Amino acid sequence: MPEYQTHEHDVLVIGAGGAGLRAAIEASAGGVSVGLVCKSLLGKAHTVMAEGGIAAALANVDDRDNWKVHFADTMRGGQYVNNWRMAELHAKEAPERVRELEAWGAVFDRTPDGRILQRNFGGHRYPRLAHVGDRTGLELIRTLQDHGIHQGIDVHMECTIVTLLKDGGRVVGAFGYERERGRFKLFRAKAIVLATGGIGRAYKITSNSWEYTGDGHTLAYDAGAELVDMEFVQFHPTGMIWPPSVRGILVTEAVRGEGGVLRNSEGRRFMFDEIPENYRTQTADNEEEGWRYTQGDKSARRPPELLTRDHVSRCIMREVKAGRGSPHGGVFLDIAWIKARIPNGAEHIKKKLPSMYHQFKQLADLDITQEPMEIGPTTHYIMGGVKVDADTQMSSVPGLFAAGECAAGINGANRLGGNSLSDIIVFGKRAGEFAARFAKTAPSAAVDARQIDEAARTALEPFERGTGGEGPYQVQYALQEMMQDLVGIVRTESEMQRALEGLGPLRARANRAGVGGHREYNPGWHAALDLHSLLTVSEAIARSAIERRESRGGHFRDDYPNKDASFGMFNIIVRKGREGRMEVSRAPIPEMPDELKRIIEEMK
Amino acid sequence: MATATFRIWRGDAQGGKFQDYQTGVSEGMVVLDAVHQIQADQANDLAVRWNCKAGKCGSCSAEVNGDPRLMCMTRLNQLDLAQPVRIEPMRAFPPIRDLVTDVLWNFGAKKSIRRFTPRPPDAPDGTWRMAQVDVERVQEFRKCIECFLCQDVCHVLREHRLFDEFIGPRHLVYAAALEMHPLDTENRARDLKRTHGVGYCNITKCCTNVCPEGITITDNAIIPLKERVIDQLYDPVAKLFRMLRRSP
Ligand SMILES: Cc1cc2nc3c(=O)[nH]c(=O)nc-3n(C[C@H](O)[C@H](O)[C@H](O)COP(=O)(O)OP(=O)(O)OC[C@H]3O[C@@H](n4cnc5c(N)ncnc54)[C@H](O)[C@@H]3O)c2cc1C
Ligand code: SF4
Ligand code: SF4
Ligand code: FES
Repeated sequence: MPEYQTHEHDVLVIGAGGAGLRAAIEASAGGVSVGLVCKSLLGKAHTVMAEGGIAAALANVDDRDNWKVHFADTMRGGQYVNNWRMAELHAKEAPERVRELEAWGAVFDRTPDGRILQRNFGGHRYPRLAHVGDRTGLELIRTLQDHGIHQGIDVHMECTIVTLLKDGGRVVGAFGYERERGRFKLFRAKAIVLATGGIGRAYKITSNSWEYTGDGHTLAYDAGAELVDMEFVQFHPTGMIWPPSVRGILVTEAVRGEGGVLRNSEGRRFMFDEIPENYRTQTADNEEEGWRYTQGDKSARRPPELLTRDHVSRCIMREVKAGRGSPHGGVFLDIAWIKARIPNGAEHIKKKLPSMYHQFKQLADLDITQEPMEIGPTTHYIMGGVKVDADTQMSSVPGLFAAGECAAGINGANRLGGNSLSDIIVFGKRAGEFAARFAKTAPSAAVDARQIDEAARTALEPFERGTGGEGPYQVQYALQEMMQDLVGIVRTESEMQRALEGLGPLRARANRAGVGGHREYNPGWHAALDLHSLLTVSEAIARSAIERRESRGGHFRDDYPNKDASFGMFNIIVRKGREGRMEVSRAPIPEMPDELKRIIEEMK
Repeated sequence: MATATFRIWRGDAQGGKFQDYQTGVSEGMVVLDAVHQIQADQANDLAVRWNCKAGKCGSCSAEVNGDPRLMCMTRLNQLDLAQPVRIEPMRAFPPIRDLVTDVLWNFGAKKSIRRFTPRPPDAPDGTWRMAQVDVERVQEFRKCIECFLCQDVCHVLREHRLFDEFIGPRHLVYAAALEMHPLDTENRARDLKRTHGVGYCNITKCCTNVCPEGITITDNAIIPLKERVIDQLYDPVAKLFRMLRRSP
């Protein structure tokens, strides 16, 4: 019998980023007992890193904005395979959620008349991103954290969940370990909210931290829930590429929102070379107009640098492949040029983009007010995730909810910048609310000792194999390398098949991974346990990507370079089949109500 | 490839010692990269906290050659690599293992500060109006990434161990952010004096000097708080102190 501590909550929230914190606050307000678990310390989740802003049609800067425009922008960005109901709820509720943050103490940048200031971002028709310089995520997570600590939520920090426990069809608990002492913990709960974020660590070049190993996706999958849209991974166009040790670190899109431009080695603004059909009417066709747009001229159209991320990333890859890249294999992002247009330009840049200024100064010895940055695409976000009901955020497993990056639907094939911070608070709230309701009426259930034994035994295996086993980090690196090369920005059937074949041996190596030392704060052990999640999400991405024989949004196939209308009719689902094999299927997208169709038509 | 020696403290609450590791050094590397390389190749169980690797989350605080720093923002080319680079955990907090310390106390200290309490909304739609100039002061404090490096250097905590009486510079910054928030209506002066120990700070400015976010902790946060306490609580000794400080 393994030893473990038991905790009991009505609702257990796994993950303390924006989505998890918001869910916990709401569930607690619903009058149930709430536990919140996270792998790091409170306030360190990925949300803290978000820079550019949070999208909400507040219409503070441009009064033509409203939820309908935001909805239409989100659907266009997602290439119409989004869950339209989620896109609708998100657009309608984001303003209220942002105002609520202000009521809880958030201090956004202001308009001249004292309201919340909004900035331009790719794919958003009007200036829509509420922000605080370029540290918006910090403001959001700190506000929720500081509000949350007074709501009677039990927080279990530095604790990792490795499996969900079920009673028949329903989830009834979770099992994991705390990092500090390495002891096991059992959480009994009537409802569980997954808010575990993304999967970026499955790739070599990423803006994501060690936490992003796809745990929530995998916990849900193993519990029998469906995952959807896993082929849609967002490669952000602007990651740092030099020096090597900073490769992948994000350069916020706000640089382009503030007037930054992309150039190739010939000094040419190559983004003007190819403007997709469905954005042509909204995009500037000359540099002057693009500049006016970034400076708030309402009659101007946006510069092509602010097209959606999938498109910008591919244009960068094209330039590099054609031999017009920068010395270290990227292109140039230039904000320094605006000094020619703005008095006191250097100061202006430092004020608008303070953390970018410091990031380059400290990590690359480069002054962005003087020189262009070298940038290239980096794995940033996954649109796919746990398939949920739009209104309640419940997955296909009763009692299991998901919100934030680990849930899917709102973004379709490509996420617009700023739509994640709004997504996590809109649907975090909903998940918390409905999880609390579920918990109130759920009958009590039993946890199965065998499931616990099994989880504990598996978790301790790396110690039995000891340092003679495979090095967990080496397996992780091999996987990252393979996913980057074979299931990256540009994909083909044959390469992805090779990836699938490669996953078998990698799983075998993961099953042999061993660690030395003891259970107390042992990162090698943690890395070994994360491998199962990384392998599972990698397989889900590769299988879904093979199934979608077209190019759409974040998913680009060299062997099927065009969009195919017939593939716009369904989403791709993976679930664990009999004998534990991953099954792929297609789920037709439900017909959109006429009202929403009309909105999309009007905004074309 | 060039190599360098990293002298890393390995141990736990019971004690520990420095251990030397050699690892390759390449262009642009930061201290955290070296720690990770060592962890991956030589010491899988070397404990270290990190998340963002970009100075945004405040997880990777440690003492590098005796200076409290974020390891992810400390470039190796700023250090003398002819000597071993000494890396040890923050010493003001109890060690858990290797570079990881027990910072839990900070979460309790924060909770003891009265929460944000806004005035009623200014506009019928439930929103407020604030001018940019009025929020800038608070925005400076809200840049804090809770790395606790300021707590680590403050002698009141580090040497005098007054954890029960003094909330430390980080939380004084937090209290200042609330007190100076244009919408806040709560009064924290009495708590600051009685339970939060603002009086223990004798303005050495060590905290300001290590803050990776460049927050002017002492001048912009703590001194105004001290003045607030004095103004509201009429403490004659402190009043004298203020008069002396203000005199040229
Ligand atoms: C550098 C960067 C900049 C960004 N900028 C923007 C932006 O400007 N605007 C925008 O809208 N979006 C932005 N994004 C995206 C956005 O920040 C994220 O998608 C969003 O914050 C995710 O929030 P979340 O609550 O879903 O997850 P997270 O904030 O990542 O939280 C996940 C939580 O789950 C916990 N967890 C994970 N696995 C487990 C487990 N097994 N057991 C227990 N706990 C677990 C983690 O510890 C963590 O607490 C950015 C992302 C990055 C990386
Ligand atoms: S100025 Fe005050 S708070 Fe800061 S280190 Fe010195 S004594 Fe501590
Ligand atoms: S005030 Fe500065 S040094 Fe102190 S915790 Fe915050 S960021 Fe770190
Ligand atoms: S890892 Fe986030 S501050 Fe260093």
